[in-house]
Amino acid sequence: MPEDILVKNGRIIDPSQGIDGIGDILIEGGKIVKIVRQMGPPESLRLSGAESDRATVNKGKDNSLKNYRTAALPHCRTIDATGLYVLPGLVDMHVHLREPGFEHKETIKTGTMAAVKGGITSVCCMPNTNPVNDNAVITGFIVRKALEDGMCSVYPIGAITKGQKGEELAEFGMMIGAGCVAFSDDGMPVMNSLIMRRALEYSRMFGIPIISHCEDLNLSEGGVINEGGLSATLGLRGIPAVAEDVMVARDIMLAEFTGGKLHIAHVSTEGSVRLIRQAKERGVNVTAETCPHYFTITEDGVKGYNTNAKVNPPLRTQGDIEAIEEGLRDGTINVIATDHAPHHRDEKLREFDKAPSGISGLETSLSLSLRLVHEGILSMSQLIEKMAFNPAKILGLNAGTLKTGSDADITIVDMDREFKVEPDKFISKGKNTPFEGWVLKGMPVITICKGKIFDWGIDE
Amino acid sequence: MFNIWRASRNRMISGLKSKDLLGIKDISVEEIDLILDTASGFKDVLGRDIKKVPALRGKTTVNLFFEPSTRTRTSFELAAKRLSTDVINFSVPTSSIVKGESLIDTALTIQALGADFVVIRHSSSGVPHMLSRYLGASVINAGDGTNEHPTQALLDAFTIKERKGRLSDLKIAIVGDVLHSRVAKSNIYLLTKFNADIRLIGPPTLIPDMRGYGVEVFYDMDDGLRDVDVIMMLRIQMERQGKGFFPSTMEYFKYWGLDMGRLKLAKRDAMVMHPGPMNRGIEISSDAIGCPQSVILDQVTNGIAVRMAVMYLLTGRGESA
Repeated sequence: MPEDILVKNGRIIDPSQGIDGIGDILIEGGKIVKIVRQMGPPESLRLSGAESDRATVNKGKDNSLKNYRTAALPHCRTIDATGLYVLPGLVDMHVHLREPGFEHKETIKTGTMAAVKGGITSVCCMPNTNPVNDNAVITGFIVRKALEDGMCSVYPIGAITKGQKGEELAEFGMMIGAGCVAFSDDGMPVMNSLIMRRALEYSRMFGIPIISHCEDLNLSEGGVINEGGLSATLGLRGIPAVAEDVMVARDIMLAEFTGGKLHIAHVSTEGSVRLIRQAKERGVNVTAETCPHYFTITEDGVKGYNTNAKVNPPLRTQGDIEAIEEGLRDGTINVIATDHAPHHRDEKLREFDKAPSGISGLETSLSLSLRLVHEGILSMSQLIEKMAFNPAKILGLNAGTLKTGSDADITIVDMDREFKVEPDKFISKGKNTPFEGWVLKGMPVITICKGKIFDWGIDE
Repeated sequence: MFNIWRASRNRMISGLKSKDLLGIKDISVEEIDLILDTASGFKDVLGRDIKKVPALRGKTTVNLFFEPSTRTRTSFELAAKRLSTDVINFSVPTSSIVKGESLIDTALTIQALGADFVVIRHSSSGVPHMLSRYLGASVINAGDGTNEHPTQALLDAFTIKERKGRLSDLKIAIVGDVLHSRVAKSNIYLLTKFNADIRLIGPPTLIPDMRGYGVEVFYDMDDGLRDVDVIMMLRIQMERQGKGFFPSTMEYFKYWGLDMGRLKLAKRDAMVMHPGPMNRGIEISSDAIGCPQSVILDQVTNGIAVRMAVMYLLTGRGESA
């Protein structure tokens, strides 16, 4: 039984309840039992609209923790969060945990530990394991292994098609029964439009999303970086932005036609943002995510043939970064996920053409994204919507919120603390990051998962 | 001994900045001039009865060719031997690379063998760059993927300079599959450093985005060839045909093949160049290959002198020996 915890005096942000203000959170038995406004200026805690008459935040005489039974108990541990942000634990809906089959790259244990270090308390793992998570037995294995080894909550995403081959639908119903929360052939886009149509149609009866990795494999064939002046200069085969855009367009039209629930993975291009924005204006049931690297670093990251900056879709241009930031700002892009893709060092130490694609992202995701808050592109509340509340809502998870009765998944963030990205210190087995040596401002200092405290050195 | 002394006397620099020659992109005009001047000294050596100098005696050159090559490998081998280095040839079918040894392990093994020069050709762009970070030896890029082929550009520049006396203020047409051509890339980088006027000629499917280099693009070869001083033809790789870059070799020759009729559009003394190997009748007609303006065989000879100069300058960096 986890200890009772009192997180005191932090600036609590919870978009699910419209909370932004200084207060205390009380945790009992791994659940959130109360959020209490601290003594202080009344304007420090603001409730928005419809939420304001709810009793989640106590006003008036109930504002002192002395009134709570547990506060007096000796085993209640107190965390002083003065000057820190107290946020719902982050939900990362796009992660590769590599188990089963690629345990040299990552395991459920190391991947979830890395997640917790990054302030993430729920991860959704992609099905491109070996064997592929395309049936209830594999889903069951992942769920069980996560209960044994996992440091945080793990929600499997099943394959759309058997073996991710793009030919035959996998058993959605049985996999949902075993714990799958969405379907995706991530990395192996469904090229056959008819199969994609069927997937979007069939998934309607379950109300869960189809996550599309949008890439026209004919247009991207052999490509390893963004197509343009740089690919010509480096002599590397390019993947044009339009290879993503045409598939985003196709999948939006199929979602519109079928009424299925579509989620576009890792948006990297200006064109995708525009297409998704237009689709949302028409009322199409589409949501979208991007990853920190797509709004942080341009294709220039690959200069010098740096395989750690090789990722699919590839890093793009400054114009794409600006379009993605605008998409995040105006709500076109609902979610920030990592697409955490750990690889073994030896695998990245290869010819650029042959090195695998992917960035190890769990331990830098929040810090990279906090730039958006520092620069005023998003408010903290909007950022947390995209990193916790929205992904949970899209997938129907009971996570990403500080509501009373929820699991005590909490991330405590020091906005001013700087840290240097040192891949050798990553908990993840994947040291593959293009951000080596970067100094980032703002980082998670304590993560609480279901009432269990992981302290990353708040006292240092 | 050679007129390299003469060449380097009036110069700001006496050697190359890097231990490696990975590409033309990152070397300076001064370094290129130094290489070309040094090469002309070595070309004199190649004309003698005894075509060998002891300059690099005791050094070891490893030719590491991951991709088949006859002329470039032979040229490097001869250059190395003319400088009195010992030469070892590693080629893919006989080496442990086919046994699954990683690139890094192969490189470290060669390092342990005590090589001073590692000449690398590989089908993936960037491999020489990557290996140079692990090797103490001088790495010379003998062609990497579709990135660069620096010694080819240097020997082309040497050949142009030999005929025209200069590199600047020339109109130079590069014709054909620029997209996949490391030769074209290195030539563009080199010649634009000397303010030559570059025209890329070919089908839109085979012309990459090189706007940053101030080149002009012509899809119509007749327009592009008008009044040029130099015509550089590129090899068309047969496997491109099935990939939709152009419909057939017949149609390709009709629009972008060099024959005597088209040659007349260029200046009367325009040079005809080709890095080889050639596809006769596909990108260039036999008449054009054999015409008096053709310097295709001079390019081969000059290649040895230029590669000697590169190796020589990478070792002593021009200061001793």
